[in-house]
Amino acid sequence: MNTKKILIADDDQDLLLQMELYVKKMGFEVETADSQKEAEEKLNNFNPDLCIFDLMMENKDSGFILSYKSKKKNPEVPVIIISAVTAETGMNFSLETDANHTWMKADLFLEKNVRAEQLHREMNKLMRL
Amino acid sequence: MSVLKLLIVDDEPGIRSGITRILRNYRVDYPFLNEDFKFEIFEAETGEIGLEVIKDKKPDIVLLDNKLPGISGIELLEIIRKDHLDVYVMMITSFASLDLAVRATKNGAYNFIPKPFTPNDLKTAINELAKHLFLKRVTKKMQESGKEVRFQFLSILSHELKSPLNAIDGYLKLMKDRQLGDNLEDYSEMIERSMIRIKGMRSLIMDLLDLTKIESGKKVQQIESVDLKEIAQMAINTMEPMAIQQNIKLILDSKLESNIQADIDEIEIIFNNLISNAVKYNKENGTVRISLTQNANEYKISVKDTGIGMKQEDVDKLFHEFTRIRNEKTKHISGSGLGLSILKKMIDKYNGKVEVNSVWGEGTEFIVSLKM
Repeated sequence: MNTKKILIADDDQDLLLQMELYVKKMGFEVETADSQKEAEEKLNNFNPDLCIFDLMMENKDSGFILSYKSKKKNPEVPVIIISAVTAETGMNFSLETDANHTWMKADLFLEKNVRAEQLHREMNKLMRL
Repeated sequence: MSVLKLLIVDDEPGIRSGITRILRNYRVDYPFLNEDFKFEIFEAETGEIGLEVIKDKKPDIVLLDNKLPGISGIELLEIIRKDHLDVYVMMITSFASLDLAVRATKNGAYNFIPKPFTPNDLKTAINELAKHLFLKRVTKKMQESGKEVRFQFLSILSHELKSPLNAIDGYLKLMKDRQLGDNLEDYSEMIERSMIRIKGMRSLIMDLLDLTKIESGKKVQQIESVDLKEIAQMAINTMEPMAIQQNIKLILDSKLESNIQADIDEIEIIFNNLISNAVKYNKENGTVRISLTQNANEYKISVKDTGIGMKQEDVDKLFHEFTRIRNEKTKHISGSGLGLSILKKMIDKYNGKVEVNSVWGEGTEFIVSLKM
């Protein structure tokens, strides 16, 4: 089985580094991007098997934009959006309703303080490993 | 403690008393803004009575069943909308009918709670609605009070305050779990990064305190005769240690003839902001030239650096709160994003103006004019 490739985008260099460390430890190949712009470029030449995007980068909805672009290019590649928005604003996103699912174009929405084990489980589930 | 009035419209007495029991002692709290809610509950067994209660008691939230003996829930919802009654309606539906959902949403129902629901389902739904209402109230209060503190400001602020905490928390977890093994040396970068984030957070808090003082107007302005040159020199001394690390020269050139009438703390904030930016966004071996001049009706402070410069589109965004120009060159420079908005507020106090000339890659000049 060839190693799965994961693209991670977060504009906080520390969170990016931490996430990269965890995901590498899980045994995946990792490519990182610290901006929406960089992630857009990497979507094209890295061909990830799964993407993890931070929601707020240059734009408040960078994660959604990236997710949309990724899905347009390859609808099969699962996208996880990670954000701290819920805890801060009380805004609640869930992908459980179909209405949200159509416009959000992401497979999963996780809180920023998600535990590595949970993230690993969700990633495996989405990639059917 | 605030009170939210909640009306239950349902013809089944069991449902009404059940909801009342669940919510009677329920509290919704919102730690970030340090306030909590309890509920004052009204009950109505028909839509007609419900309408009376809405007009009379002005509840904030209505829990509305659709199947009622007289007018239906949907009909009541339509009346609420037509009469512009200011309530949030949550529909209680026994079975999910798409048609009903569409009609209800069209008529402004906030959301649905399917029957049968557990006490927890109800609490979760009410919790979310209460927070929404609360934020609306806070925003309204802020607008009414005329203060420039806005909800957007608070939410960005909380993001800015939380990110360093998350980063540090993440590093500590990695260390706690010995993710890189038992050798402390291997964690040097994580420790270094944590300290940098703490430093950033501290400067954000300091800037925030400045801003709060300005916005609340609590700090009494003490106008006295101030020597701009002296304050400029103090700011230079403060920044010198940082400048030396990058071999940046700070040059002060004053052609002033008189003192300005101003508040010394405010002038200090102006110089500190200008000079620290000129150093932070400079290049190695660069220069910062501070020139002070005066003419018949104003003082001019020019701070010119030989730094990374900005593009015109970035210059236009510069004075907004939490704006940080993001590109390859600024990536590793820390800042709260508040400095220039503070500077602008200070200058406004003196009916002054600020001008920015910048050339991408070559440097930036800030020219502040303060009226005499």
